[in-house]
Amino acid sequence: MYSEKVMDHFTNPRNVGEIENASGVGTVGNAKCGDIMRIYLDIDEDTKIIKDCKFKTFGCGAAVATSSMATELVTGKTIYEAMEVTNKAVMEALDGLPPVKVHCSLLAEEAIHAALWDYAQSHGIEIEGLKEPKDDIHEGEEEEEY
Amino acid sequence: MIYLDNAATTSVKPEVFEAMKPYFLENYANPSSVYSFAQKSAKAVEDARTQIADLLHAKTGEIYFTAGGSESDNWAIKAIADLRKEKGKHIITSRIEHHAVLHTCEYLEKQGYEVTYLDVDENGLVEIEKLKAAIRPDTILISIMFANNEIGTIQPINEIGKIAKEHNIVFHTDAVQAFGHVPIDVETMNIDVLSASGHKFHGPKGVGFMYLRKNIRIQPLVHGGAQERGKRAGTINVPGIVGMGKAAELAGQNMEERIKYETELRDYLIQKIKDTIPYLKLNGDEKKRLPNNVNFSFRFVEGESLLLMLERAGICGSSGSACTSGSLDPSHVLLAIGLPHEIAHGSLRLTLSEETKKEELDYVVDNLKEIIEKLRGMSPLYEDFLKGERENV
Repeated sequence: MYSEKVMDHFTNPRNVGEIENASGVGTVGNAKCGDIMRIYLDIDEDTKIIKDCKFKTFGCGAAVATSSMATELVTGKTIYEAMEVTNKAVMEALDGLPPVKVHCSLLAEEAIHAALWDYAQSHGIEIEGLKEPKDDIHEGEEEEEY
Repeated sequence: MIYLDNAATTSVKPEVFEAMKPYFLENYANPSSVYSFAQKSAKAVEDARTQIADLLHAKTGEIYFTAGGSESDNWAIKAIADLRKEKGKHIITSRIEHHAVLHTCEYLEKQGYEVTYLDVDENGLVEIEKLKAAIRPDTILISIMFANNEIGTIQPINEIGKIAKEHNIVFHTDAVQAFGHVPIDVETMNIDVLSASGHKFHGPKGVGFMYLRKNIRIQPLVHGGAQERGKRAGTINVPGIVGMGKAAELAGQNMEERIKYETELRDYLIQKIKDTIPYLKLNGDEKKRLPNNVNFSFRFVEGESLLLMLERAGICGSSGSACTSGSLDPSHVLLAIGLPHEIAHGSLRLTLSEETKKEELDYVVDNLKEIIEKLRGMSPLYEDFLKGERENV
């Protein structure tokens, strides 16, 4: 079902944990739907480079793997460059996801954005293309009919 | 590998396979043919019918072979609904039935039937008073499963059968998880129609049966030849049926000891998990439960992750989490017994067999403990809980 890379990031997730006094924290998803991601960012005040990124995720294998990959992709980038880490980029880096798991990669993108938003808000910074995170990632998604 | 998913399917017993083999290689004749070579196949099919009928305390002529449990459920419910539509169009079932029953009922609703989906209590039991209250003059069918496939709860079949009989309502039970595992007596239990599947009791896949009380005359499922007394046309799956018959015979031979053995193992596993891992809930009734079913919800973890981790330790189990169903909702059974979504997502079902060893269960619990700790360690829900931002439920 999953690619080797997904399984690698699921079984050996990178950057699991919390950052004390993080520059920005974002939590997205909801437990009702079975996935929640929380991203912590440590951002250099001068260079705006993400020095460290950690995550915690409640969710399926793909949710854990996309969180792990997303933290790897944004680390070392500036907060502006981090906007380029889209769900597509995360998916490609993982050699793809099964169609029913694509929403996990969206969640990872949203989690990064939510953490960036938190940082931008507290520092009065504007990041191009960054919008206020939705309360619930599944908002607006229609229930599947069968 | 430690296989603890026997509710999904079971291994074919070597004796079953041996019984089937000649009907592939030597006695391959079509049992409908006239020459004596074919009569061997015909006799084998009828012997299997008797083996199955015996285990149900039914008559040989009351068994119809099908391709499995879902087909039997579909056929039973649609055929009874059609048969009794002049009397009424009301059906009673429960919220925790298998989808083969639920989706058939939903289909019938679109055809103008009315269906009452009974709520169950927190252990998954149908409440007799609610059943009685749901009965109407136009109720034609009660379809309640014998035992639940996810949480293992065994329904009060005796009482349901009695009530159905008193009200002249046909009683169907989906016994896919129960047949061959626990005693069933269609006479004393007043069961009119019953569905079962070969591969759930160490028989082959792709074969099942429907028991139908003799005086009930339904329409054919498949029109064509005269097979299955004209009710289900098509060349008979001789090896499959022979295998299922043999599996039923074997299941009957050691049922009492097997129930004792599995129940001991089940209770051992339940207790050991409870003693080892915090923040969990046993799903299903503690006592009125299939001998081989264990189902827990572990808080702060998600079922698919749990299964993937278990698989790495060589353990096969199953979960009612949404991620294992391909939709956003977790199992309808877990929601029906009142679990919040978040906790339903963290369910794990382990179903044993007579081949399961105690040492295997010790290994499972050791690994489960480690895996749950690891997953909780990366769960934001657990983090919030430890900080006191999420209450214990």
